[in-house]
Amino acid sequence: MSFWRKYVFSVDHKVIGIQYAVTGLMFLFFGFCLMMIMRWQLAYPGQPIPFIGSWLGDARAPSGIMLPDFYNQLGAMHGTIMVFLGVVPLAVGGFGNYVLPLQIGAVDMAFPKLNMISYWCLFLGGVIMLGSFFLPGGAAQSGWTSYPPLADIAPSGQTAWLFGMIFLITSSLLGSMNFIVTTIQLRVKGLSFFRLPFFVWAQFVTSFLLLLAFPPLEAAGVLQLMDRLAGTSFFLPTGLVVSGEILQVSGGGSPLLWQHLFWFLAHPEVYVLILPAMGIVAEIIANNTRKPLWGYRSMVYSVIVLGFLSFVVWAHHMFLTGMGTVMSSFFQTTTMIISIPSVILLSCLFISLYGASIRFNTPMLFALAFLPMFGIGGLTGLPLGLSAPDIALHDTYYVIGHFHYLVAPGTIFALFAGIYYWFPKATGRRMSELLGKLHFWPSIIFMNGIFMPMFIQGFAGVSRRLADGGATYDFAGNVTPLNRMMSWSAWGLALAQIPFIINFFMSMRSGVKVGSNPWNATTLEWQAPSPPPHGNFTREMVVVRGPYEYSVPGQKEDFLPQNQKAEA
Amino acid sequence: MLELPYIVEPRPDTGLTNGKLGIWLFLASEVMLFGGLFAAYIMLRVGGPTWPVGADILNVPMATFNTVVLITSSITMVMAWAALMRRNYGTYQLYMFATVGLGLVFLTVKYFEYSHKLHDGLYPSTSTFLAIYFTLTGLHMLHVIAGMVVITYFALAGRSMFRKNPQWLTNRVEHTGLFWHFVDLVWIFLFPVLYLM
Repeated sequence: MSFWRKYVFSVDHKVIGIQYAVTGLMFLFFGFCLMMIMRWQLAYPGQPIPFIGSWLGDARAPSGIMLPDFYNQLGAMHGTIMVFLGVVPLAVGGFGNYVLPLQIGAVDMAFPKLNMISYWCLFLGGVIMLGSFFLPGGAAQSGWTSYPPLADIAPSGQTAWLFGMIFLITSSLLGSMNFIVTTIQLRVKGLSFFRLPFFVWAQFVTSFLLLLAFPPLEAAGVLQLMDRLAGTSFFLPTGLVVSGEILQVSGGGSPLLWQHLFWFLAHPEVYVLILPAMGIVAEIIANNTRKPLWGYRSMVYSVIVLGFLSFVVWAHHMFLTGMGTVMSSFFQTTTMIISIPSVILLSCLFISLYGASIRFNTPMLFALAFLPMFGIGGLTGLPLGLSAPDIALHDTYYVIGHFHYLVAPGTIFALFAGIYYWFPKATGRRMSELLGKLHFWPSIIFMNGIFMPMFIQGFAGVSRRLADGGATYDFAGNVTPLNRMMSWSAWGLALAQIPFIINFFMSMRSGVKVGSNPWNATTLEWQAPSPPPHGNFTREMVVVRGPYEYSVPGQKEDFLPQNQKAEA
Repeated sequence: MLELPYIVEPRPDTGLTNGKLGIWLFLASEVMLFGGLFAAYIMLRVGGPTWPVGADILNVPMATFNTVVLITSSITMVMAWAALMRRNYGTYQLYMFATVGLGLVFLTVKYFEYSHKLHDGLYPSTSTFLAIYFTLTGLHMLHVIAGMVVITYFALAGRSMFRKNPQWLTNRVEHTGLFWHFVDLVWIFLFPVLYLM
């Protein structure tokens, strides 16, 4: 095979998985950089940005001092990039593509060419998003939620955002179809649904969310494009006043319509960010506690229920829009109900630790840290899900703290755990434990340094979208000094990633060579060679048991791979 | 390329080929796409200050004609598939071209409808009703064109596939047909919602 066919336009799920993962990691890094610039403005409002301030140009930061418009661009693009180009490509595209077919014993994904197209759609979407920074007026600046009417009248960056999103949505649709068909059709003999590793279940439910929740956002994107390009007023009410003048449009539209269509996607999207992470953590916890997951079946039922319910909670993001108390009551009820399966999942993972002799290796440390961090994120969500306390907390830093605990020290820690855990499968070498621990400990301290003070600021009423972090607001005076601590934590977090980057590249070349099953794991991916060749398995796989048969009494080894017969 | 299982023969325990499951999932996502737009239509109509009767602005006879055309094209699509089941390539090709031809008739009528509206000064920006009309029918038209491209491809390039593996071609044509019927079905919803109600 030529170089291009093998590494660039490859149809092998493993190469595509790595392409997704690397793209996702680079976008995570880029999104993180945007945030570090924002954190300067929040900690030292009105002071020139050091080092890079002079490069940004007069349209963004004259003499290095950031303009509010540019701050808004950074905020909108940080959110968009982290969610759609960072976490989803890494968690679903990367881990899903690489690990899922191996775990079900398949030779590849069901539609290899579609898989390739789906990656290149994502790539194009990413290029459009990055390019939008160079348009006149800059990138999208109406928040990652792109609420109209502001988004309808924003500069051309918003149009680029919409086109970029359409590519990203297409990519997700093709990818999710592929995952579902692969899981249903390409399981090896004996691998019934209740023998699937939990990671596969998590990806399976995630794919349904992507498949069914994304199209309404595509619809909304088309409508907003029509508003911006064809002069329609889907989201523009009659008599809208812009810069002191009544906007000359036909009117009669509804800004609320966008919010409904957007959150119909974006709430399930939250679970798209979380479920694959839970799947990764479940695999690693079972492996390093050396015992079966506690309550595997209840976890599977919970994840299915969670998937269904995630479609009927979206308007809890909209309690303050004036949609009415009847609607609010309905959505706060469903929101309270959806916390039940989430708590079941987390409890099962916690109880799995009980009585285990835990191996504290790097993947396990990240997986263990996921549990309390995700717990904080989840529990702080309860007051937001009830419409009365949400009146005070809506759109404050409390909300930012809440969802960042879920996705930053939550999901991203789980993704790091997954990288450390499956790195030996992809490269045949192990990552350094010392550097891994140097990565883990500062990261968890700095993560909390960034996000814990946000709860305090939020209770004090600091709004999430202030370009100066509340410096000009008297009521925020007591809590604005926290901004410096948070910003220094953010920059510290950047330094804490250096051991990871060194580890990643060094281990690729000179990590300790390991066999095909370095963690003594039971699931099928460890029965293939490391790295697996094109076509994955060198012998036929037939599954005879469940996914987590660790420490089975009377066996010589403390693990029984899914395809191995027990000793009599 | 690797040999992937269940492309031609269905998997025994699920009773499906990969492609068939795939196209049904794709259609599910399409239902959500048009479902989202129909929901938008309802919300705009209920919340809007005024809403015209479709028949006062749009050309009902032309749309009725187009409805008949599309339903007929669904029938010819099934006939093409049935011909392949009987392994009769000539008849298959004939019905495929008939389907594409009917698609062309639909597009031509739509072209006259659109240019009439624009000629009368009725643009998407004129009113929210026209905005949703142009958006919904435009998106539907893109689906018609996409379907026609695929059908033309299988009508022209089908012969070598037919020689190599006729059952595989039959499956692919069946899946294309499912998509085409879906596009037809969307129009059957669009027609009363936009023109009659």
